Amino acid sequence: MDLTVTDLAVARGGLPVLEGVSFTLSPGRALVLRGPNGIGKTTLLRTLAGLQPPLAGQMSLPPEAIAYASHSDGLKATLTVTENLTFWARVFGTGEIGAALETMNLTQLADRHAQNLSAGQKRRLGLARLLVAGRPVWMLDEPTVSLDVDSVALFAGVIRRHLAQGGSALIATHIDLGLPEAEVLDLGPFKARAPGQGGLQGAFDEAFL
Amino acid sequence: MIALLARDLKLALRAGGGFGLGLAFFLIVIVLVPLGVGPEGALLSRIAPGILWVAALLACLLSLDRIFALDYEDGSLDLLATAPIPLEGVVTMKALAHWLTTGLPLVLASPVLGLLMNLPAAGYGWLVLSLALGTPALSVIGTFGAALTVGLKRGGLLLSLLVLPLYVPTLIFGAEVVKRGAVGQAVETPLLLMAGITAGAAALLPFASAGALRINLR
Amino acid sequence: MSIWKYANPVLFMKTSGGILRVLVPVTAVLMVTGLMWGFFFTPPEMKQGSTVKIIFLHVPTAMLGINAWLMMLVASLIWLIRRHHVSALAAKAAAPVGATMTLAALITGAIWGEPMWGTWWAWDPRLTSFLILFLFYLGYMALWEAIDDPDTAADLTSVLCLVGSVFAILSRYAVNFWNQGLHQGPSLTIAQKQHVADAYWYPLMISIGGFLCFFVVMVLLRTRTEIRARRLKALLARERMA
Repeated sequence: MDLTVTDLAVARGGLPVLEGVSFTLSPGRALVLRGPNGIGKTTLLRTLAGLQPPLAGQMSLPPEAIAYASHSDGLKATLTVTENLTFWARVFGTGEIGAALETMNLTQLADRHAQNLSAGQKRRLGLARLLVAGRPVWMLDEPTVSLDVDSVALFAGVIRRHLAQGGSALIATHIDLGLPEAEVLDLGPFKARAPGQGGLQGAFDEAFL
Repeated sequence: MIALLARDLKLALRAGGGFGLGLAFFLIVIVLVPLGVGPEGALLSRIAPGILWVAALLACLLSLDRIFALDYEDGSLDLLATAPIPLEGVVTMKALAHWLTTGLPLVLASPVLGLLMNLPAAGYGWLVLSLALGTPALSVIGTFGAALTVGLKRGGLLLSLLVLPLYVPTLIFGAEVVKRGAVGQAVETPLLLMAGITAGAAALLPFASAGALRINLR
Repeated sequence: MSIWKYANPVLFMKTSGGILRVLVPVTAVLMVTGLMWGFFFTPPEMKQGSTVKIIFLHVPTAMLGINAWLMMLVASLIWLIRRHHVSALAAKAAAPVGATMTLAALITGAIWGEPMWGTWWAWDPRLTSFLILFLFYLGYMALWEAIDDPDTAADLTSVLCLVGSVFAILSRYAVNFWNQGLHQGPSLTIAQKQHVADAYWYPLMISIGGFLCFFVVMVLLRTRTEIRARRLKALLARERMA
């Protein structure tokens, strides 16, 4: 199923940041979001993941099709790698974690407590959650933070396999993932304009003027 | 949802999870009261029902801000909100986990502390029963307060200010059950009223809590 | 034409400005008349002497203490259902006024209680309920203060107001159950005046009307302040976006 986003406008802290965002993400494709800090990449991903309502616009897929990976990994320091991952696997109703551990190269660390992992290892565990979520569309917010070169390559391979299985990925990142087939969407042109200059009307607080 | 409950219980029992803190707090308050008001047995046994209930209530309050704050900080709450579990289920499980780790130990320990407070013999059964029926309401109401204040810095103090007035009916009926039970009066009315509050809160408040969480996450 | 058009802040500012120009003098006249008449031109009561005259402060403030919360509840519901900003801001504006009225009722009650019951404070159900109501006001206002984003704050305080109302009613009954009190029954019930002698009835009614108008004036003024603050914010936001 295509993820089609039409004319989406999103707000952060009551201020519109992006407007008129439109794109289509087909199965097997990856789309990289680019743009300077503060342009609204995270806000856009959170909106698509269903964590906040959009100001305007439509998206064709329900948030239930989307696995969202934020800046933070949602790990519990006092649980082991296996326990952390098993929890998410059970929450998402899949339950099988062996393959995900294998893929993210975490099998040797399986019994280690999350507090004893390095930042990169934590990140890998956080990304392993995507594999157990069993959802077709991945939304990744700076997935490669604290990953070393090998791990970035490993992760690029994981994304490629996900795409090959008919999944798709929307990735906000500044660095080159090594995914030449991915399309790039620059968010710069979608920066929200002030209402006086043809921007979105009725974004809230406008009523007060 | 069972997975969430199991994880929260595991987290509470592991190092730094804070299990037992509420219980220790309960004990300390009960020890401090006779030190403050004097060791006279008749006085203590008269105020025992109220003090035991107030102490249990404060002990419950102590761990409320942990219900969502940790999950909020490490991003788990965002992920749970996007997971296939309804948020109402999440808050219910959170409240249940809070009760199992805080309320239930208080219920089980209360007879010993009743002993320290010179509670009349007839009151023990009612003390345990009233706490067993009343503390779930404290957890559910507290979860609502925690959901309201989850994103806030210095939310802890505000949480107490918001939650304590909501505890008033439970406290009144709970202490009344023990007070009446201790002197052999009929306890049905306050007991049923308290159970009604617990049932109503458990049935309805999760919707308010989930709504508050959604608002706080956006 | 529907009343919802007043939910538009601009129209609200214009209309409320007009209302205030009339209402402020009316409030002044009613309050001065009611209180002067009550304090200086009513006979001392047989048993209570002149202490009874505090009724002209106590009853109006107590009524408003409760009804302000009721108004906040309605405004919160309107915000949650129809999302009119003015409604949320009116609820915010009413809270400190209601809290002050509640506190005033408690204080005047204490001043009245001292000569009558021989104590400033008793854990009487009415007194206790009012104290609890005051705590609800404090929590509500604290939550408004604690949240930066105005719409999030409006949402969360509205939810709190709803839940708080249910628990406030529960508390009222619980407190009644807990202690039968010293306080007399309600001095006033709708369409009945048998508890209050005529000499007190008329100034009391004027005084209540005055306080009610005073409440409306305060809420309108405070809502206007809130709207202006939001307007400032919107202007700054527009500037930042440009």
